[in-house]
Amino acid sequence: MAHKIVSKKQLAENVFTAEIEAPLVSRSRKPGQFVIVGISGEYSERIPLTIAGADAEKGTIRLIWQRVGKSTAEMADMKVGDAFEIVTGPLGRPTHIEKFGTVVCVGGGIGVAPLLPIANGMARVGNRIISILGARTKELLILEEDFAGISDELIIVTDDGSYKRKALVTEPLKEVCVREPKPDLVVAIGPAIMMKFCCEVTRQYSVPTQVSLNTIMVDGTGMCGGCRVEVDGKAKFVCVDGPEFDGHKVNFDLMIKRLSAYKGQEQAAREAYKKHKCKIGLDG
Amino acid sequence: MDEDAKLLQQLLKKQKEGRLKPSDRYKIPPQAMPQQDGTERRDNVNEVALGFTETQARLEAMRCLQCRNAPCMQGCPVRIRIGDFIEAIAKGRYADALGIIKENSLLPAVCGRVCPQEVQCQETCTVGKKFKDVSKAVSIGRLERFVADRAAGPDAVPKVAPETGKKVAVIGSGPGGIVAASDTRRAGHAVTVFEAFHKPGGVMVYGIPEFRLPKAIVQKEIDVLEKMGVKIVCNFVVGRTRTIAQLMTQDGFDAVYIGVGAGLPRFMGIGGEQFVGVYSANEYLTRANLMKAYKFGAGADTPIAKSKKVAVIGGGNVAMDSARTAVRLGAEEVYLVYRRSEAEMPARVEEVHHAKEEGVRFHILRNPKRILGNEDGYVTAIECLKYKLGEPDESGRCRPIPIEGSEFTIDVDTVIIAIGNGANPLIGQTTPGLELNKWGNIVVDDNCKTSLEGVYAGGDIVLGAATVILAMGQGRIAAAAINEYLAAKK
Ligand SMILES: Cc1cc2nc3c(=O)[nH]c(=O)nc-3n(C[C@H](O)[C@H](O)[C@H](O)COP(=O)(O)OP(=O)(O)OC[C@H]3O[C@@H](n4cnc5c(N)ncnc54)[C@H](O)[C@@H]3O)c2cc1C
Ligand SMILES: Cc1cc2nc3c(=O)[nH]c(=O)nc-3n(C[C@H](O)[C@H](O)[C@H](O)COP(=O)(O)OP(=O)(O)OC[C@H]3O[C@@H](n4cnc5c(N)ncnc54)[C@H](O)[C@@H]3O)c2cc1C
Ligand code: SF4
Ligand code: SF4
Ligand code: FES
Repeated sequence: MAHKIVSKKQLAENVFTAEIEAPLVSRSRKPGQFVIVGISGEYSERIPLTIAGADAEKGTIRLIWQRVGKSTAEMADMKVGDAFEIVTGPLGRPTHIEKFGTVVCVGGGIGVAPLLPIANGMARVGNRIISILGARTKELLILEEDFAGISDELIIVTDDGSYKRKALVTEPLKEVCVREPKPDLVVAIGPAIMMKFCCEVTRQYSVPTQVSLNTIMVDGTGMCGGCRVEVDGKAKFVCVDGPEFDGHKVNFDLMIKRLSAYKGQEQAAREAYKKHKCKIGLDG
Repeated sequence: MDEDAKLLQQLLKKQKEGRLKPSDRYKIPPQAMPQQDGTERRDNVNEVALGFTETQARLEAMRCLQCRNAPCMQGCPVRIRIGDFIEAIAKGRYADALGIIKENSLLPAVCGRVCPQEVQCQETCTVGKKFKDVSKAVSIGRLERFVADRAAGPDAVPKVAPETGKKVAVIGSGPGGIVAASDTRRAGHAVTVFEAFHKPGGVMVYGIPEFRLPKAIVQKEIDVLEKMGVKIVCNFVVGRTRTIAQLMTQDGFDAVYIGVGAGLPRFMGIGGEQFVGVYSANEYLTRANLMKAYKFGAGADTPIAKSKKVAVIGGGNVAMDSARTAVRLGAEEVYLVYRRSEAEMPARVEEVHHAKEEGVRFHILRNPKRILGNEDGYVTAIECLKYKLGEPDESGRCRPIPIEGSEFTIDVDTVIIAIGNGANPLIGQTTPGLELNKWGNIVVDDNCKTSLEGVYAGGDIVLGAATVILAMGQGRIAAAAINEYLAAKK
């Protein structure tokens, strides 16, 4: 079945969002789950992306992705009406949504996208939501309005100070953690290095912290083990045991290393794709 | 006419005159299968074994004694009438031969290639016994492959009974699922196959490499299913996209066959398994086969390690496939590390030979103790222990015992762990009431029926890691039981 793009928009310099036809997934998905997409069945990479939202009536899901390599760049070049051959899911365990009290939602960069459905879910059951969103610079900040709508308190930081407060997300996180009463839960999603430092902060104040890991994946069903991470000294598969884990138990250093496994090769592929595009541009 | 053809004519003449004796048959040399040259094939992914010529096939068939008690049949898990199909080949009646095989096995082109014949049909063959050498038995598998490749016509689509209005869901498109779908469809039920991956075929497409089992052969069987009217839905993960309960209560399926395979790679639990460059065989083979990573940068978008020195841990078919894939991906040195001796290796003998011919170096009676890496988290070496063989264990194979203080290291940049698969827990976790054993495999009765009404299961998820032919056999048993169940169900 072809999964058509019904709408598409650019959110920031390298960030795109699209609504895609996937009726079955739209009906069964829950916050925290993801899909694996592929543009064509024969040669495409299988790319895991969080389901950022869904409309069960229209039978669509919403994806938000950052252009980082060849495959995400190719997706960025797709148009309304184009279709993905592969949309598999919903995968992973849903977020455990419950009334905890005060939940701090920390999102960095593209991590703000997977955070949204979780924050929505947490708000819906009556949690008090403090959102901390961070971006490298103003142009890269996404979904500010969506978070404004559901947060009791919204803190925005940029690395370079080009918008709102100049800080890394860990700074306001620390301030929130020292408040009395302490927050009941922190959910942190972003680059691995950001999640690592968020966990170091919350560990000091003993605030339970959920992270959502974005390891490299192939099948997404527990068959290959490529997505494995070390949690509490044991190997866990992110696609079936996660993607969310107790951040205080994740070995982020190892995870960061594993994320770089194909760096050289991916870079070459991306360069080749860019060149190829330029050529087409010149010819046309 | 060449020598072989002359010999065949002489034999046929003798037979016609009623003068062909077993001693004449014993004198026919076992036919060697033509194959790609060992060095040449290091650089391509094409099939290694090229198949018998017609003369070779008929000569090989003449070696069969047509034993009345047919010990070979007892060795075949699906009891193919081996003597009869071989006789048909000897007479040049290939379509008849295929018809006989298809009574019991739906995928002869596959089984002829991948069955471990030396421990099944050929192990019990009288000719092999006579020579006290199983490799001199009649090459039943190769003959099966020969007729399957040769006689399969375009009209090979089985007849389908009138529609019954009943719906069957088949979960997983491996060999068990394919057979279950075919047999239930033949009975007139509306059958849908659900497959998690974007391509159907199970291990036959994502695991077993092209050079051993061309993808086109599997695709042909899938095409036949579709021509019969079986619906194949890919990218559908049962347990996630829909649960079994939803399929049965909301989507109108009357019966379900679960054939989801084993599909949970085992790691060794030793230090260093998280390093970059350590793969499960499943991941390595899936990247290479299904995702075509050997074409990375030249069409395909999925990368794989560019390895110089590779260690594969294990001694089964999966280990051989991984090692031989690494060779084709350009590794300079490929080591196979196995903790027992070569005699205990569960791999097909032919694959072990092929691996050696292609330059894979065997480290027998060795096993890694830990994996070493550098500061960037990349694998640099494995530290191994030497082993010796002790008393036979419950599997009947000699237990490997580590020799203390025998540590040594092998420099490698890639490690592929091929020590087996456990049961994937997804179906169990999402199907309340489905009885599992302590290893997570689904428990079934003699008819492949599970603890849930209308739900049947077979293949690796029931047997643990098994074989293509065993999975097919269970698919067939389950389909028969489903057909019976649906006939009785109002
Ligand atoms: C459960 C899950 C949910 C995710 N949700 C989102 C999302 O909602 N939005 C989004 O933009 N991204 C998300 N990701 C990450 C996304 O899958 C990767 O960015 C994408 O696969 C990169 O593909 P590419 O071919 O464009 O880049 P590549 O060329 O493959 O890689 C570029 C660089 O990105 C890194 N990388 C490669 N693959 C991955 C990967 N799977 N995950 C993380 N980094 C990777 C590597 O370090 C590489 O150097 C998610 C990942 C997971 C596992
Ligand atoms: C590398 C390798 C080499 C092998 N070599 C040989 C050999 O030479 N000879 C031999 O006889 N045997 C061999 N085997 C073993 C043989 O392939 C298996 O025993 C056989 O394929 C099992 O068949 P199955 O019907 O259980 O399904 P499988 O072939 O295991 O297929 C199961 C299918 O179900 C799908 N699936 C899983 N979960 C779900 C879900 N929740 N929803 C939907 N679909 C799902 C999977 O994606 C897969 O496609 C080999 C195995 C491997 C891995
Ligand atoms: S199916 Fe396998 S075991 Fe049976 S006869 Fe054929 S090759 Fe031998
Ligand atoms: S046991 Fe061997 S010789 Fe006898 S019928 Fe079977 S294949 Fe032929
Ligand atoms: S992606 Fe293959 S096991 Fe998780």
